[in-house]
Amino acid sequence: MLDLTYETPKPKVIAGAKHDWELVIGMEVHAQVSSNAKLFSGASTKFGAEPNANVAFVDAAMPGMLPVINEFCVEQAVRTGLGLNAEIHLKSAFDRKNYFYPDLPQGYQISQLYHPIVGEGEILVDMGPGVARKVRIERIHLEQDAGKSIHDMDPNMSFVDLNRTGVALMEIVSRPDIRGPEEAAAYVTKLRQILRYLGTCDGNMQNGNLRADVNVSVCRPGQYEKYMETQDFSHLGTRCEIKNMNSMRFIQAAIEYEARRQIAIVEAGGSVDQETRLYDPDKNETRSMRSKEEAHDYRYFPCPDLLPLEIEQAWVDDIKASLPELPDQKKARFVNDFGLSEYDASVLTADAESAAYFEAVADGRDGKLAANWVINELFGRLKKEDHDITESPVSPAQLGGIIELISAETISGKIAKDLFEIVYTEGGDPAQIVEERGMKQVTDTGAIEAALDQIIADNPAQVEKAKVNPKLAGWFVGQVMKATGGKANPKAVNDLVQQKLGG
Amino acid sequence: MSIDKDTAARVAKLARIKVEEDALPALAQEFNTILGFIEQLNEVDVEGVEPMTSVTPMRLKRREDVVTEGDQQDKILSNAPDAREGFFAVPKVVE
Amino acid sequence: MSDLNKLTLADARDKLRDGSVTSVELTEACLSEIEKAGALNAFVHKTPEIAMEQAKAADARIAQGDAPAMCGLPVGIKDLFCTKGVPSQAASGILEGFTPEYESTVSQNLFDAGAVMLGKLNMDEFAMGSSNETSVYGNAVNPWRRGNDDAQLTPGGSSGGSASAVAADLCLAATGTDTGGSIRQPAAFTGITGIKPTYGRCSRWGIIAFASSLDQAGPMTKNVRDAAIMLEAMCGHDPKDSTSADLPVPNFEAMLTGDIRGKKIGIPREYHMDGMPDEIDALWANGREMLKDAGAEIVDISLPHTKYALPAYYVIAPAEASSNLARYDGVRYGHRAKLAQGDGITEMYEKTRAEGFGHEVQRRVMVGTYVLSAGFYDAYYNRARRVRALIKKDFEDVFAQGVDAILTPATPSAAFGLGEMDDADPVKMYLNDVFTVTVNLAGLPGISVPAGLDHQGLPLGLQLIGRPWEEGDLLNTAYALEQAAGFVAKPGKWW
Repeated sequence: MLDLTYETPKPKVIAGAKHDWELVIGMEVHAQVSSNAKLFSGASTKFGAEPNANVAFVDAAMPGMLPVINEFCVEQAVRTGLGLNAEIHLKSAFDRKNYFYPDLPQGYQISQLYHPIVGEGEILVDMGPGVARKVRIERIHLEQDAGKSIHDMDPNMSFVDLNRTGVALMEIVSRPDIRGPEEAAAYVTKLRQILRYLGTCDGNMQNGNLRADVNVSVCRPGQYEKYMETQDFSHLGTRCEIKNMNSMRFIQAAIEYEARRQIAIVEAGGSVDQETRLYDPDKNETRSMRSKEEAHDYRYFPCPDLLPLEIEQAWVDDIKASLPELPDQKKARFVNDFGLSEYDASVLTADAESAAYFEAVADGRDGKLAANWVINELFGRLKKEDHDITESPVSPAQLGGIIELISAETISGKIAKDLFEIVYTEGGDPAQIVEERGMKQVTDTGAIEAALDQIIADNPAQVEKAKVNPKLAGWFVGQVMKATGGKANPKAVNDLVQQKLGG
Repeated sequence: MSIDKDTAARVAKLARIKVEEDALPALAQEFNTILGFIEQLNEVDVEGVEPMTSVTPMRLKRREDVVTEGDQQDKILSNAPDAREGFFAVPKVVE
Repeated sequence: MSDLNKLTLADARDKLRDGSVTSVELTEACLSEIEKAGALNAFVHKTPEIAMEQAKAADARIAQGDAPAMCGLPVGIKDLFCTKGVPSQAASGILEGFTPEYESTVSQNLFDAGAVMLGKLNMDEFAMGSSNETSVYGNAVNPWRRGNDDAQLTPGGSSGGSASAVAADLCLAATGTDTGGSIRQPAAFTGITGIKPTYGRCSRWGIIAFASSLDQAGPMTKNVRDAAIMLEAMCGHDPKDSTSADLPVPNFEAMLTGDIRGKKIGIPREYHMDGMPDEIDALWANGREMLKDAGAEIVDISLPHTKYALPAYYVIAPAEASSNLARYDGVRYGHRAKLAQGDGITEMYEKTRAEGFGHEVQRRVMVGTYVLSAGFYDAYYNRARRVRALIKKDFEDVFAQGVDAILTPATPSAAFGLGEMDDADPVKMYLNDVFTVTVNLAGLPGISVPAGLDHQGLPLGLQLIGRPWEEGDLLNTAYALEQAAGFVAKPGKWW
């Protein structure tokens, strides 16, 4: 199979008061692992339970309680690593990150600082047909999520719910290879798409199951290339980290704001402080969390309750063998095998369910026609009702049936749209509906000829005009279609009109 | 290495233990005694020695991805100094 | 029958099985002794109702011919073990009122084996101490005294309450835990037997953590046979503890033949400490002779990094403790400080932990915090872990030379007076663990056996260190030593 080829997009350039500036962005995405139970306990990961119901004693850090790792969470991290073409570390280890916070019962988070389970990989971030950015992944590590503090239920108290405490997260850390706000959003979109294909994270940003910390710095044109050549960060500007973003729109707005803030500082002769910042969507600005950061000294050390995690290559190989076809491969295959445009292939592979639907429709049928119908008719109709593909009332077999009727010229394109609407709202077998409701296209030239002859006989003046001006032939075509209730084969009508009037 | 009053105060803060100002010099002195004792480790040649990760090496135990515990809000909250409406309550945290 | 409380586990077991005594009788005898022994301050939460209920159940089982190893035998449980529905607070103010909703694996194993719980035993706060003087419940007191001197002595620590209770016959046996010597040192100070098994033998699940990579539970008993019986009941693989070993547990008691002919016993030259009392040296030499007379081969060995064990321990243990004790924050259980107007979450943490933790615990938590803090991690913590690897290798090397067990003194002195060390610097107190702490760092089994009395009439112990997972062999060597030493002294009852 042919891989598609891409050009590298141009970095976003922001004109400052004095110079042009480029953006350099790296991301740390926290993705909640799809699993039944938590990373180190047997409590459920289900969202929306009563507060403190889905909590094991170890999650509440009761005295003497100990963690035991959920093997499936490890498998999911390995699967994610393989999906990002990353190096899998057969030996990794867990460390404690120590800090005090009411929703962190142990007083530490179990994470993987020194020896993460997944090493270097990459993601191809699509920026439109033929254009994509290759973003390097530095590492992926497994860690525990914290609980939830609620600050608005009481004027003097904060309330703590530990249901989320201990749920497995994958922290996916990129290199600073993202070059603009749109690329940042596209990166998250692509990462989310891959995770969903793999089934390792549901990607639900609203519930916080996917959230990103964004590192932003600015530099003069040319500096980034020097960094890439040497991997020496001194060629780049000082970065700030914007914490905990869970919307594509906010990610872009925050980066845009933050870049302009940094440019203004540097152009005024100041220097950017490396710090953690918070984005306020109401004011569309970022603000410093510096006070908080100063108190932090995480005192990482290997968690003495756990031994190093060693996994076997054969196990990794089994997981690799079970990987689904991923978006890039699928898109290339759709382009190569079905002759689709890259754009259409992208739309159809946006999620695995849509792609599977399309393939079922296209199976043994005209691929391009199938793509048109899935994208334009089906997706359009679903969108109108805010449904996704899994809620489609039209099955691939039904839509395939419609396409077969078109290909066989049993129905016209126009009738096909009516038929689609009937199938969508009422259901049923398309062929049977066409039969029962007499929607078949009239291909019997005798019947079409009789209708045309009648129209010619009834409109002698028009006939004369048409003989002078051949463009008027279209009027006759329209009249025949009208007379046959739209069922006449348009090509047959055209041919006959040409024959009778054109000759 | 000598620990002064300010370092003692910083460590106490990091450990979230309130130490009164007038107790800091004595605390710093205790730290110095203990750290002085620990300094002996500098005499040991540890070149090429891997830090110990587990004293009795074995394969890390795993659990299956099965829900085995939960629906126990009462037990989780039963020892809480302040629990309200199913939550642990703490003095307001200012973000 | 009188003095049922003075029985060993083995004797009581045999009497229960032959029907000459009931568990209810045994239990009542112990409970009545406990009531009279308030001066020892060994039991800090008594559970007579649970005890009587368990005793009746045990008697019923025995009557039906279903009598597991510990059936009907009344024991005490160190306060470090979480016991369901019974206060469990690691002798700390910060766990004031804490009543677990779960049962530690070790205590559950004992109950499954039919044991009867008399109550919870005093200890140093969070097992940090060597004299039981850091307990929120006040000092546990050694039943032994120096001749006619009525000065109160320490039972040692951290399992001081367990040692005192067993030595004073308040219970037949007790659980202890040992992070740097907390079973073996108090056993030596009170003339009883205590074994710390190989790290991973006993589950740590439900035992309040001090230093996770060092903590191990073990039995504290009146003799070696009892240690074998009780250890077997306590240990075993636990899927809830990632560091618990998935190995079969042998029948330790069946391995007590007393035959140690041909065994190679190592005498480590580095354990000769400057300024060690002559009596300790003499005891050690005596032990060497006894084992030789029993047919063992005695060899001089070297454990070159011994000197660095205590400093390594005082980096690793506080570091782990500083993190393990971060959970005591006043949010979910235990003590929460009363707050002043305007106090926020940080003040709550700081006041709660200042009020709830005693001085020694605070000190160790802060030392641990310091050695892990930015810039010091490699210099202290990683270096200590490297030294630990060397200490372990020292032992591996001598075992590779065919050494079966290592004989050392258990402690550098006999029990000292309560309060005597008040003005000493903390390091001086730490030196109590000088002979025991290497064993924790190397994860090995170690046992303390009473072997003689000093000139004041106080018991002294010898320590035997075994190969990993070979507790059975170690117990058998200890059994031979015990038979040769013939230690039968008991403290005069003054309480």
